[in-house]
Amino acid sequence: MRKIWDIHGGIHPAENKHQSLLNPIENAGIPAQLILPLAQHIGAPASPIVNVGDRVLKGQMIAEAKGFVSAPVHAPTSGTIAAIESRVIPHPSGMTASCIVIDTDGKDEWITHQGVKDYTQLSKLELVDRIRQAGIAGMGGAGFPAAVKLSTRDDKPIETLILNGTECEPYITADDILMRERAAEIIAGAEILRHIIKPNKETLIGVEDNKPEGIAALKKAAEGTGIEIVVFPTKYPSGGEKQLIQILTGKEVPAGGLPSDVGIVCQNIGTATAIYRAIQFGEPLISRITTITGEACERPQNYEVLLGTPVQYLLNKSGFNKENCIRLIMGGPMMGYTLQDTAVPIVKTSNCVLAPTVAELPPPPPAQACIRCGMCAEACPVSLLPQQMYWFARAQEHEKLENHQLFDCIECGACSFVCPSNIPLVQYYRASKAEIRQAQQDKIKSERSKERFEARTARLEQEEAEKEAKRAARMEAAKAKAAAAANAAETSKTDIIQAAIERSKAKQAESADPAQAAIARAQAKRDGGAEEESPQEKTERLQKLLAGAEKRLVAAKEKLALAQEQQSDNADAFATAVSKTEEKLASIKQELAAHEATLAPAKTPAPSTDSTDPAQAAIARALAKRAGAGADESTEDKTTRLQNAIATTEKRLVAAQQKLTLAQEQNDANVGAFATGVEKTQAKLDAAKKELADHQATLGANDTAEQVASDDPVQAAIERAKAAREAQANMSEADKIKQNIESLENRIAKSKEKLEAARAAGDDKADILADSLAKLEEKLAAAQQQLS
Amino acid sequence: MGFLKVSSPHAHGPMSTARVMRLVLLATIPGLFSLTWFFGFGTLVNVLWASITALAFEALALKLRKRPIAFYLNDYSALVTAFLLGIALPPGSPFWLIMIGTGFAILICKQLYGGMGYNPFNPAMAAYVMLLISFPVQMTTWFAPQGSFAGDLLGPIDALRYCFGFGRDTVDAITMATPLDVLKQNNSLLIEDMWQESAQFGQFSGIGWEWANIGFLLGGIYLLYRRVFTWHAPLSMLASLTLLSALFYDGGSSASGGSPLFHLLSGGTMLGAFFIVTDPVTSAVSNRGRLIYGALIGVLIYIIRVWGNYPDAVAFSVLLMNFAAPFIDHYTQPRTYGHKLKDQQGGKS
Repeated sequence: MRKIWDIHGGIHPAENKHQSLLNPIENAGIPAQLILPLAQHIGAPASPIVNVGDRVLKGQMIAEAKGFVSAPVHAPTSGTIAAIESRVIPHPSGMTASCIVIDTDGKDEWITHQGVKDYTQLSKLELVDRIRQAGIAGMGGAGFPAAVKLSTRDDKPIETLILNGTECEPYITADDILMRERAAEIIAGAEILRHIIKPNKETLIGVEDNKPEGIAALKKAAEGTGIEIVVFPTKYPSGGEKQLIQILTGKEVPAGGLPSDVGIVCQNIGTATAIYRAIQFGEPLISRITTITGEACERPQNYEVLLGTPVQYLLNKSGFNKENCIRLIMGGPMMGYTLQDTAVPIVKTSNCVLAPTVAELPPPPPAQACIRCGMCAEACPVSLLPQQMYWFARAQEHEKLENHQLFDCIECGACSFVCPSNIPLVQYYRASKAEIRQAQQDKIKSERSKERFEARTARLEQEEAEKEAKRAARMEAAKAKAAAAANAAETSKTDIIQAAIERSKAKQAESADPAQAAIARAQAKRDGGAEEESPQEKTERLQKLLAGAEKRLVAAKEKLALAQEQQSDNADAFATAVSKTEEKLASIKQELAAHEATLAPAKTPAPSTDSTDPAQAAIARALAKRAGAGADESTEDKTTRLQNAIATTEKRLVAAQQKLTLAQEQNDANVGAFATGVEKTQAKLDAAKKELADHQATLGANDTAEQVASDDPVQAAIERAKAAREAQANMSEADKIKQNIESLENRIAKSKEKLEAARAAGDDKADILADSLAKLEEKLAAAQQQLS
Repeated sequence: MGFLKVSSPHAHGPMSTARVMRLVLLATIPGLFSLTWFFGFGTLVNVLWASITALAFEALALKLRKRPIAFYLNDYSALVTAFLLGIALPPGSPFWLIMIGTGFAILICKQLYGGMGYNPFNPAMAAYVMLLISFPVQMTTWFAPQGSFAGDLLGPIDALRYCFGFGRDTVDAITMATPLDVLKQNNSLLIEDMWQESAQFGQFSGIGWEWANIGFLLGGIYLLYRRVFTWHAPLSMLASLTLLSALFYDGGSSASGGSPLFHLLSGGTMLGAFFIVTDPVTSAVSNRGRLIYGALIGVLIYIIRVWGNYPDAVAFSVLLMNFAAPFIDHYTQPRTYGHKLKDQQGGKS
């Protein structure tokens, strides 16, 4: 006698199996229409390979497996494809899914099929492929594709092959009657499986002790095969795969693992029969044994049912009485789910349709409070604490639920069965599992969108930072130019130190706070707009500078005197300082004088008082105009101004010459003066013309300077600075052009030589050389024009 | 089609909460009988009045909470609380004392926490402790048991008059210290001498007390047989109490804490072991947890009885361990199929 292990918990619900065992298996026949869901198994749904209107034969594949964990679907009888559409499928939710609908023709015409004469000659791979092509999925309830389970890896040697004939759910007798009537097929299937799996220890068939007839039949059939029939006490849920493994071997399948992890492969006995028929006769899985039972059925019965047969068809056959029945269950009373629609078809996993009366399975009474009696924990086959999980489920404490191994719950229903407060515990666990899965998916989703969002923000920030950097660089350059312009614009260059201080202040301000930046901007503005200050302001500023410099000079002199008295080492340094200060003072004085000089004629507007000396007056006006206009003008303005100046000077020259002629005719005493005036005006005109020419050259060299004009004083200063720089650059440009002209001249000379040589030699290249010479000459002309 | 849409399982077992409670009530009969036999009708009046007031308070609370009254009264949980408190109180307690007790138990200890299943403390024991602290005189006045004095016990009518206070003076009632009290006061006599000196000692402990305890033990065995609770908590409590009393028995000297048998059959030991410690709501949930929970209650009972200030200690010990139950639960989660115990507890938060 082999050792039998016990599982924790378990219950003993009323078995109610005898009702459906009164009669042998009956062929349910061919209904008018078969509905074949594409997903009758765990894994990817099959994909249809027939079209509406096609005639199909019995056993013909009508949908092929899609992927590894999948199974094909075959036509259970001959007929025509009526539709490929969504129909209600057997599912707890009562949902619809893709189905192939076949209008049967009653001929039951088989497609050509052939079994294997001697399967022992075939390799494991070939056999597994045949099983896969036969569309066999676990027939015990879960519907896991059999071929996937049989594709064991060589690095995980299988010790034990177990066939599950437990059938622990009340009411269901499909396996029981299969054992009674087709024990030989089960054993034959077991032998094929044993050949495929090659368990190195044993092959077992586990059966609960409430099926003595089936056990006897199996034992008889298994004689001499070495397959052991293991009988153990009836207890729900011994038939769960993990529970059966524990009962028969004492091993536990690790959480999250597979039976093969502990060297075990487990298959249902119905699946074994299907495998036998697939290998021996080449028949795909197109029918199964289904129990129709419950007190609402007059004739409870096991049927050999074609897959796709509507439940209503079977209920009609069994004398179903709708009046007494308030719930229709697909499966058993412990783990089955209610059906809403009797049009749903029998599929590969449908082992039972239960139609109980109200008295038999009354509607659940209202749930009372949980008193934590612990009966559920006593009943739990996987040693969970259902009462704790119930509290956590109600409070939606998902983390605690997972810590209490919610996901190890097999939803066998033992806890709900024993609960004295009628709490639908399993429902809470199902809902919590769904919530947690949903939350996990949501979490993944939100993490992805968070990543996306962060990436986008980072990208935008980077772009913004780059823009900002560019902007800052432009500002910096503008400020530097403004400062340079301010320097350049100063009529005297003596204030370099002052300017440097200003620049350094501006720089400091840049790196400091906004207020300082504002100050710096203001200073920059002042520097840039230095020329804009009114003449009075300039005078004042210069006077102040002068006063300051004088004071410093006095102080420096005092220090020097002191140092000389004390014969200090610093005396030399002081002496230098004094001389420098003196220099500076002198330069400031000079500047002030120059400024006052320009200022004086400007202060006296039109020199109408000075009518005695028109030439002088004209000069004075011109000076005043120029002083007033200052350097603060755009290039266009300058051009216009210069042109105007030339025009007026020319007029004046004409006028002066007329006056001179008149004076000479009248022998005026002022003739000498007039002559001088004419000469001066002539000189001035020349000067003005020259200036205009220079200016236009500048313009030609750099057009961009003119294009930018702005109201902003700083901007204006920048423009001016640019103009000034361009003017400077233009000077070097002229040098460059000169160099260019020289090199061009050289090249032209060489080209000419070559051309002459080529012509002398009568070379074909002469024309080309002539062309390039012409081009060089053009360039030279252009450069010369530019230079002038 | 009009078929019911429900989640599995569709079958349900025969057990119901009301049935569990009725079984508990039924199981108190042998103990109640012994108490009445030896101490008169006082206990029965206690239980009767406690039941009436408890149901009234429960109904009131349910009405205030807008819950269906009949549905909840039918679970018998208030009656169980009333029975346990009525049994625990001294026979012939005044009506107001009982009423305060049931009011505290039902309104504050049970309904205020959310009703049945939500109370962290055993309501009967919490009420008992509250009364013991608030009304020490009434709570420690026990009638002398039959056989310890020459006279009659309280009859049913006398017991009612005594309880409700009219003509209380006319009723002749003899009170006596309980055996646990006597033992506590003793510091000069050998146990054997003490037994001779005091009239209230019987075969193993006090007259009446030993039979009351045996009665509750029988009731407890019946409940175990009916699988109302598991053996873990009561057995571990009795075992730890036995072990400690054997350790400190000291051969029956004057410093002895009393024999194991004396402790097992004195005071509320058996009532506590089978009717209080087994209260599922307030105890630990796993079997391993219940072993720890029961054992620690046994230890506390001995410590408080022998070295503490109170002669009996079941109520205090149970309340203290009620506090610890969630903590015990946290560390005694059973090993789930396919898991290693270490991994499982490592994964706890």
